[in-house]
Amino acid sequence: MLRSILSDDLPRSRWLALALVAILVGLAVAPFLFPGAKSLNVAAKICVFIVLAASFDLLLGYTGIVSFAHTMFFGIGAYGVAISLTRMGAGWDAVAVGTVAGLLLAIVLATVIGLFSLRVRTIFFAMITLAVASAFAILASQLSDLTGGEDGLNYRLPAALRASFSFGDTLFGVRLNGRLLDYYLVYTASLALILVLLRIVNSPFGSVLMAIRENPFRAEAIGYRTVVYRTIASCIAAATAALAGALLALWSSQTNPDTTLSFDIMVDILLMVVIGGMGTMYGAVIGAVLLVFAQNYLQDLLAVANKALLGVPLLANLFHPDRWLLWLGVAFILCVYFFPAGIVGRLRQKR
Amino acid sequence: MLETKDLTIRFGGHAAVDGVSCAFEKGTLTSIVGPNGAGKTTYFNLISGQLPATSGRVTLNGEDITSLAAPRRTRLGLGRAFQLTNLFPNLSTLENVRLAVQVKSGKGYDLFSRTLTHRELIDQAMAHLAAVSLADRAQAIAATLPHGDQRKLEVAILLALEPDVFMFDEPTAGMSIDEVPTILDIIAAIKQRGDKTILLVEHKMDVVRSLSDRIVVLHQGKLVADGKPAEVINSDIVREAYLGSTADHG
Repeated sequence: MLRSILSDDLPRSRWLALALVAILVGLAVAPFLFPGAKSLNVAAKICVFIVLAASFDLLLGYTGIVSFAHTMFFGIGAYGVAISLTRMGAGWDAVAVGTVAGLLLAIVLATVIGLFSLRVRTIFFAMITLAVASAFAILASQLSDLTGGEDGLNYRLPAALRASFSFGDTLFGVRLNGRLLDYYLVYTASLALILVLLRIVNSPFGSVLMAIRENPFRAEAIGYRTVVYRTIASCIAAATAALAGALLALWSSQTNPDTTLSFDIMVDILLMVVIGGMGTMYGAVIGAVLLVFAQNYLQDLLAVANKALLGVPLLANLFHPDRWLLWLGVAFILCVYFFPAGIVGRLRQKR
Repeated sequence: MLETKDLTIRFGGHAAVDGVSCAFEKGTLTSIVGPNGAGKTTYFNLISGQLPATSGRVTLNGEDITSLAAPRRTRLGLGRAFQLTNLFPNLSTLENVRLAVQVKSGKGYDLFSRTLTHRELIDQAMAHLAAVSLADRAQAIAATLPHGDQRKLEVAILLALEPDVFMFDEPTAGMSIDEVPTILDIIAAIKQRGDKTILLVEHKMDVVRSLSDRIVVLHQGKLVADGKPAEVINSDIVREAYLGSTADHG
């Protein structure tokens, strides 16, 4: 049963299994364990970024494709839902239309980019995706009638997902409102998407992707058309990223270039995959949890350290909350230095 | 039947393979010999599709395959083992072979079933591994195998493709003496089946002599001799081009 759900890809490390169960359960009970708008927001973001990082790992870690256009597909999904909710009003029909439109556009774009440019070498493909993604981000900010430009779009969510919607009193002191429903929508959809990705990478198709990553020349020589496989992998990754974007738009009721299309997010998901461990879906999960946590709580942690060191001249300054990016960078360097195969790679090695 | 007609490839002004016409019958083993740089591996690359021909044609069972890409040629029945070991380094020995078995099964585009549930592919792959006496290394990562075992794995992948045409490019190169018979036995067994075409590039003349039905000699990209082993090995042109130099220290 468990083997079937996890597609035979068991954690193969006690610590990894523990961490995964902790994440699964922790996110499931987060609204009750850590009530409050900020923590719920962080939990939902973790869910979305787990999916986004995992879909990027399908490209980078499993197929060996370096793409910088992944946030473009994320943005397409988010803007699809945002635009349709803005234009059609706050109904589920708008959500459906926006999701499907985003999904289709993402798949079409991924196919076009793939067929035209997956024949070229890795570095050139990376450059092409970078160019396309930059062009798309500029386009999105200039088509301000449609996308709201730099400010993005603010829109109303379907009634059932708003804070004003109530479906009961309280449970363990938490109000049963639309935000709670929205969170569990994001949680369930993310979990389902991760399991689908896990199945894909452990399918006969997924085994071909890994063969292509290992030795594209030989994969061709034994009869696999690598361009077709790479393009299909790009489409799946793009579609999944678009769905993650749609989930983000459904969660936050605002969509703008900074939260969906920016290059910063591209770097974030790259870090998540590398820190967690390329070529393992679980790595993307661990990486996403760690990075989103660090982005949201490292400043608070540093504030505590700063207070404790208030008298000490140099250290207090070094641990100032404003230095959080420095410490994130240090943590990243240490991580790559000590775990070149990522956290999951390291955990599985030890067995 | 595999045939090449005036097959040529030029790199700039240099013709690495120059107008080679040759037909390879079913059930025969043809050795392609010649000094280093004679164009043997390039000739193989033209046949299996790794390089595009400048001119000339390649036909397989009467079908013109000159313009087809390598994967398509493989699926039509051209199987190739490489001179430099060319594996999926970080995958297991079993997975290397299983991937080759999977090509024939057509399951490569199956996205939603678990690889491990396709027992028949795994069993076939294990059988091919057993044929090259690598069954006990099935779970080892390919890159960690000793060189001789990697060569055997290369041959197991070729067996797993179940081609009509087997192309061996120096299959025993770099192998220790006691490992060579395993590979030669496999080639002999394929020949025994009588319905396969076998092309062999090999430098060890004793191997060539004992296995071949026919020897083709390439020299500077041209086909310079073609015939029964005894005739070719003793012909003047071959002595001059190739064997004369190796006979001294062979």
